[in-house]
Amino acid sequence: MSDAPGLEVVGVTKRFGDFAALSDVSLRLHPGTVHALLGENGAGKSTLVKCIMGFYHADAGELLLDGREIKVGNPRDAQQAGIGMVYQHFTLVPSMTILENLTMGLGFRPGRIDWKVERAKLTAFLDTMPFRVPIDRPVSSLAAGEKQKAEILKQLYLQAKLLILDEPTSVLTPQEADEMLGLIRSMATAGQLTVLIITHKFREVLAFADEVTVLRRGKQVGGGKVSELSVPEMARLMVGDQASRDHAGREEREPGEVMLALTGVQALDDAGGPALQGVDLTVRRGEIVGIAGVSGNGQTALVEVLGGQRRHQGAVTVGGEPFGATREEIARHNFALLPEEPLRNACVGRMSVGENMAFRSFDRAPIGSGVWVKRGALRRHARDLVERYNVRTTGIDAPIMTLSGGNVQRAVLGRELSGEVDVLVCANPVFGLDFSAVADIHGQIVAARNRGAAVLLVSEDLDELLELADRILVMSGGAIVYETKRESADRQSIGLHMAGHA
Amino acid sequence: MGGFARGSLGVLLPPVLAVVATMILFAGFLAAQGVDPLTAYRLIWLGAFGTWFSWQDSLVRAAPLLLTGLCVALPAQMGLMIIGGEGAFVLGALAAVAAGLAAGNLGLPDILVQVIMAAAGICAGGVVIALCGLLRFKRGVNETISSLLFAYIAIAVMNQIIAGPMRDPGSLNRPATRTLPDNLMLGTIPGTTIHVGLIFGIIACLAAYICVYFTKFGFAARIVGGNARAGRVVGLPVERMILAFCFAAGGAAGLGGMVEVAAVQGAVSSDISTGAGYTGILVAFLARMNPLAIIPVAVLLGGLDAAGGLLQQRLNLPDATMLVLRGVLFVMLLSADALQGRLTRYLAPRRLPVTV
Repeated sequence: MSDAPGLEVVGVTKRFGDFAALSDVSLRLHPGTVHALLGENGAGKSTLVKCIMGFYHADAGELLLDGREIKVGNPRDAQQAGIGMVYQHFTLVPSMTILENLTMGLGFRPGRIDWKVERAKLTAFLDTMPFRVPIDRPVSSLAAGEKQKAEILKQLYLQAKLLILDEPTSVLTPQEADEMLGLIRSMATAGQLTVLIITHKFREVLAFADEVTVLRRGKQVGGGKVSELSVPEMARLMVGDQASRDHAGREEREPGEVMLALTGVQALDDAGGPALQGVDLTVRRGEIVGIAGVSGNGQTALVEVLGGQRRHQGAVTVGGEPFGATREEIARHNFALLPEEPLRNACVGRMSVGENMAFRSFDRAPIGSGVWVKRGALRRHARDLVERYNVRTTGIDAPIMTLSGGNVQRAVLGRELSGEVDVLVCANPVFGLDFSAVADIHGQIVAARNRGAAVLLVSEDLDELLELADRILVMSGGAIVYETKRESADRQSIGLHMAGHA
Repeated sequence: MGGFARGSLGVLLPPVLAVVATMILFAGFLAAQGVDPLTAYRLIWLGAFGTWFSWQDSLVRAAPLLLTGLCVALPAQMGLMIIGGEGAFVLGALAAVAAGLAAGNLGLPDILVQVIMAAAGICAGGVVIALCGLLRFKRGVNETISSLLFAYIAIAVMNQIIAGPMRDPGSLNRPATRTLPDNLMLGTIPGTTIHVGLIFGIIACLAAYICVYFTKFGFAARIVGGNARAGRVVGLPVERMILAFCFAAGGAAGLGGMVEVAAVQGAVSSDISTGAGYTGILVAFLARMNPLAIIPVAVLLGGLDAAGGLLQQRLNLPDATMLVLRGVLFVMLLSADALQGRLTRYLAPRRLPVTV
């Protein structure tokens, strides 16, 4: 088993509509090395490996395996070429044992399964492996680290020589992560494997990778031997080093009184783990406060708390009064919220565009009148917003789920900003949108600030924050760990705090 | 842009296909027993809607179905699937009789006592279904299962009470409550044999339809039912709205029970569990959970019910024949629902090109 392959990715480009997720990305994996793919969320790491695995078809570029060009049309092709991938989330069937899972992974074979033979085969295989897992216990009874090992073993059992790991340590404790990565590293060093590992943790890159490639906004921005790079250099590559751009529409103004304040806010995630661990922040009138952070550090829970979608402890006040996200409070304080994935979080997909645009105002004049919803007023309101916010739809009666993502975003932003706004919360408002839509939506957010709204902008895109925000807070591990003014913002320190490395 | 008018071809096609498939299959079933399907279908038509007499019979049978259909269709607006209408129906009947017997001696005007009976029926039914809603969001208990189990409990409780505390000592053969005095029984629509319960049912369906599609409350309900996360973001009291809808749903079925006992049976015995609550599930599904569509569907199923007697008489078919028909219809309907997704995709307006 000393046949680790080399892989070369040459000039891969992948577009989704007008949006280029990858442009002309190349990287070279040397046989028997661990190669790290580093980048912020949305930098294109997942898109790249999905192109390698055949989930996506690249618009341009080629793959060379040991110098020969290969065509990967689907994940099965990739498996046959000896490329295996371990996903961020577990894919083994929880109620079955590892023996059953791994045997099943070999593919469908008609007839009876001879478990004695299968067991002997698997045991013989495991004897050649540096790590061990209990093969007769149901997967659901295993710890996260063991499950992750089993996922890796499954790929190796399927004859993978080139292993792609997508943020494999995000569900592991630091000790489990070190053990697992150490074993992978030793297999690579022994020439049994070539590994591509997606991560945004510098610590793991430094400790376990031989080489690194950094992606930013779909472009390959640098890389090389890990031994020749320093953490600040990698941080600079990852978050970029251009001077922060001032948004064109920004007016100089002094922030006013505190409109939104969180004190010691704590919340649990869906699995019952801690998502927010004592968040304190304030947002004043006429300022945009940006929340930076690698996704999964509590930003989603923060927005859910503000939107009344998640229970919490600690105080949230708006305009100096306790805020529980009731309809009455939302209306009284002119509170607006643009959550991420608006179709999932703020719309009813099968209701019409017009109806969705009335979610804030259906119970107030002119749309609401007595107990009734006035259809005529609802339609006028919708037509007006569709025009003002440039929503492309076949009509206001079309179900909102038939709109493209950017147009859903515009429709919801129009709904939220159509009235007076004193507090505005936005989460990744331009995620996946093209350039003109981005400029449009940024303009609306800055305009709201200029009118005196207090804006909390949660974003995984540091450039967006540096362009729009007056102050930037960095969130890591469910708490605010760093704060800086825009004028004195330093990408490197922000990047280091984001990566939990400071 | 009302709800029914919005029923595009994609929404209406599955139930229509289901009815056609049912007629074909049922024809085979009849033929296998040596009965000419065409004769049978003519008789069904005759027994259901052929004469004024059969029309009246059909409408009387439709009355409770209107109300039990709402017991399924209203929670469905909130995304809840309640199938325990029978329990609310039975408890509604029992509470109405208890209220009527108790209040009847107070010297109140008859109409007031009848209102009290209706209120008792509505509350009894409403509380049962509201409890299912409460268990759903407080404890994550599946409301479909809990409502069904509550129906069993309700029927058992009813049997217990009519055999114990409320038993009429004069009824020797089998347990039953005392009979309501004639002055408390609901009247008929003048010139017909149809009791006023039909009017209650139609009013309830119209009110539910108007509420869901034209009022602020209904608009809020459609947001919450369509996507509870969105409901929270726009500040709607999701839990309270679910409770309100469950109460209204159970109240409708409870009112159905009140009508059954105060217009037809006069006393509660084990006969009160007529299966109207379960047939209501079929009604609501056929009506695609639209309160307005419940009206014609309930009349149709009332008609099938009414035709059973004629079929038995003329063709010597067993009583259960109509149950077979109903069962086939339900299975076909559920199968057609599986088709729904594919049909709507096929008939849906083309997505806009994916540009932003």
